[in-house]
Amino acid sequence: MATEILMPALSPTMEEGTLAKWLVKEGDTVSAGDIIAEIETDKATMEFEAVDEGVIGKILVAEGTEGVKVNTPIAVIGEAGEDMSKAEAASAPAPVALETSEGKADAAPATAAVPAQAAAPRTDRTPDWPEGTAMKTQTVREALRDAMAEEMRRDDSVFVMGEEVAEYQGAYKVTQGLLDEFGAKRVIDTPITEHGFAGLGVGAAFGGLRPIVEFMTFNFAMQAIDHIINSAAKTLYMSGGQMGAPMVFRGPNGAAARVGAQHSQDYAAWYSSIPGLKVVQPYSAADAKGLLKTAIRDPNPVIFLENEILYGRSFEVPDLEDFTIPFGKAKIWREGTDVTIVSFGIGMTYALAAAEELAKEGIEAEVIDLRTLRPIDYDTVIASVMKTNRCVTVEEGFPVCSMGNHLSAYIMTHAFDYLDAPVLNCTGKDVPMPYAANLEKHALTSVPEVVAAVKSVTYR
Amino acid sequence: MPPRKTAAKAAAATPNVSADELKTYYREMLLIRRFEEKAGQLYGMGLIGGFCHLYIGQEAVVVGLEAAAEEGDKRVTSYRDHGHMLACGMDPKGVMAELTGREGGYSKGKGGSMHMFSKEKHFYGGHGIVAAQVPIGAGLAFADKYQGNGRVTFTYFGDGAANQGQVAETYNMAQLWDLPVIFVIENNQYAMGTSVKRATKSPDFWERGAAYGIAGEAVDGMDVLAVKAAGEKAVAHCRAGKGPYILEVMTYRYRGHSMSDPAKYRTREEVQEMREKRDAIEHVRQMLLTGGHASEDDLKRIDKEIKEIVNEAAEFSKESPEPHLDELWTDIYADAAPQNA
Ligand SMILES: Cc1ncc(C[n+]2csc(CCOP(=O)(O)OP(=O)(O)O)c2C)c(N)n1
Ligand SMILES: [Mg+2]
Repeated sequence: MATEILMPALSPTMEEGTLAKWLVKEGDTVSAGDIIAEIETDKATMEFEAVDEGVIGKILVAEGTEGVKVNTPIAVIGEAGEDMSKAEAASAPAPVALETSEGKADAAPATAAVPAQAAAPRTDRTPDWPEGTAMKTQTVREALRDAMAEEMRRDDSVFVMGEEVAEYQGAYKVTQGLLDEFGAKRVIDTPITEHGFAGLGVGAAFGGLRPIVEFMTFNFAMQAIDHIINSAAKTLYMSGGQMGAPMVFRGPNGAAARVGAQHSQDYAAWYSSIPGLKVVQPYSAADAKGLLKTAIRDPNPVIFLENEILYGRSFEVPDLEDFTIPFGKAKIWREGTDVTIVSFGIGMTYALAAAEELAKEGIEAEVIDLRTLRPIDYDTVIASVMKTNRCVTVEEGFPVCSMGNHLSAYIMTHAFDYLDAPVLNCTGKDVPMPYAANLEKHALTSVPEVVAAVKSVTYR
Repeated sequence: MPPRKTAAKAAAATPNVSADELKTYYREMLLIRRFEEKAGQLYGMGLIGGFCHLYIGQEAVVVGLEAAAEEGDKRVTSYRDHGHMLACGMDPKGVMAELTGREGGYSKGKGGSMHMFSKEKHFYGGHGIVAAQVPIGAGLAFADKYQGNGRVTFTYFGDGAANQGQVAETYNMAQLWDLPVIFVIENNQYAMGTSVKRATKSPDFWERGAAYGIAGEAVDGMDVLAVKAAGEKAVAHCRAGKGPYILEVMTYRYRGHSMSDPAKYRTREEVQEMREKRDAIEHVRQMLLTGGHASEDDLKRIDKEIKEIVNEAAEFSKESPEPHLDELWTDIYADAAPQNA
């Protein structure tokens, strides 16, 4: 049977080319791999090979022809002895129908469309644990350790790997006691090779394990960010859903105290911009525990951003054998009617302290802790803004491309008509972290800054 | 020390140095030790914050290598950098004032203990990220070779850093392009709480150069003269255009990794033994005394001088004011480019 030879695309960007030269003539016998023509693209002259064996029937495009569109039939090839006089009549392929039906247009992602009116947000206000649950006081550090220990008891494939996590008991003592209980097979000290062990962790996750990769601090995860993003976050997609990296990357994030520019950075916005990652930044001990357990069970790579300054803070934690907190569910720490303050992680310390001060002046702030940054519980934020009509965001990260910027855009898009003032973002300053004590204080956001922002949006 | 295949070379029986040189090394090592002890005190008083990594025990490494360096040679190291700065002639006042985060510090108080620089003294930092200084050091050497200025770069890093991937990448490039860089591995046996043998089964770090064709050797880092001799050999190799050289200097840190290290990973006896039997400063002191190059009184005079220098530095570091708040916004761009927010 005669088949058409089509003008090939010889580069990813080629749309048309010049048929520079035919190296065969009608009636020639060719086998697969024979060079039959030279084709000039915008970048180079390429040799074009026959894919099938057969006899060149008809040459449809003469050599020297310019502007030959990709996929145009340029020759016909048939079996030996076949009559191909009618080959010319072979019709050009019917144009591919463009999907212009209205039904298709409607299927565009919801985020691209401007909502006619903010749809009533669906907020999940169910309590995180049953009413009347006994509580115990724990530090964030202990809660994180317990979360890992419980999940390691529950699932043999969970292991912890990182610098000083085993014998030293963790550089910040978060993995204290894990080596004793689970042994060196599951609590593993690595050399200082972040790129290496992060990549190795991804491989272990592909291979069926559930790694918890601890970075001594997230500053050092910059050594490993290629594996976090290119290997862990994208593989599920690139493999068409066949395999992914169910794992947790965790460690302290953000400014500690007086450790200078290279050791003080909040990566919340960086990781939150990556599709394929989930991102958690807890504030309280209960959230740290419930969310870390969820992270370990999650089938995706999860970035779990802790904070050195919060490690030692104590909170009430439910005294339950097994409790988890779902991703994408914000927590309202304080109800209010005058302004919505949205924060997460250590930003909550500023948000809550500011709310206290504002209350003394008769301004009632609603304080929302996002808890997870990917997914974000937009509905809780929007519902609150629809009530208060004003919003201030608080975080420690840099101001440009911050979480606050993103939330502002989201609120503008989905609750524009409800806003009585622009959304303001309280962030770290647009400078590397200085070492000097006085400068460091000014580089971070602060309670007075949050108070001032609230007064500005409430016109007080 | 863990057993090793290669014994670090000890100094020749009769060192080829003058009494004056020996006294200089004694002085310089003592300055580092007293400076670091003072820094430890100031940290305890809350005048220094954050991380502070002391160099006590390792003094002979930088002093020996600086003795092999010439004016214009460059150096770059990790966060454990105070000793390197003093040894290359930076002002103890400026270093201490940076530790306290004051205007008079080498980085105007904006860098801190781990991030200090001096263009004048060709000191390129002070890097807080383990092993980041290794390719940077090769880059400095690349620039020297490019400019044909005959300079050599001393790139210092730890036994822990030696396992980072970028070290292997740098070795390959440095040898490929014959860069005049000396890789100085300060093997103090521990990376925080991880001993060398818990981090690698290839503990002879200098031998790894062989995979790339880089020459090198292990050196007794508690013997300043041995370090100097090895340094001179390495410098000659680099200056002759033969490419990089690796010196693995066997040393020991007496203090914790940083001020907050509980140091449970080694015994008190181990530290004590090194201090008593291998101390580099005591070694030179004995050479000076037994060789009749200095009297007890001479050495006391030196001790006193050093104490004064260190006390002055400490005073300066307390009196120098905090940086002006405007400094928060300076030095972010080299030109007047506006902030983005
Ligand atoms: C990339 C990176 N990972 C981890 C750390 C934390 N850290 C700081 S120093 C250190 C140990 C380094 O040991 P070594 O290289 O032997 O140098 P030493 O401290 O002994 O001088 C670690 C793990 C860091 N600063 N950078
Ligand atoms: Mg070390």
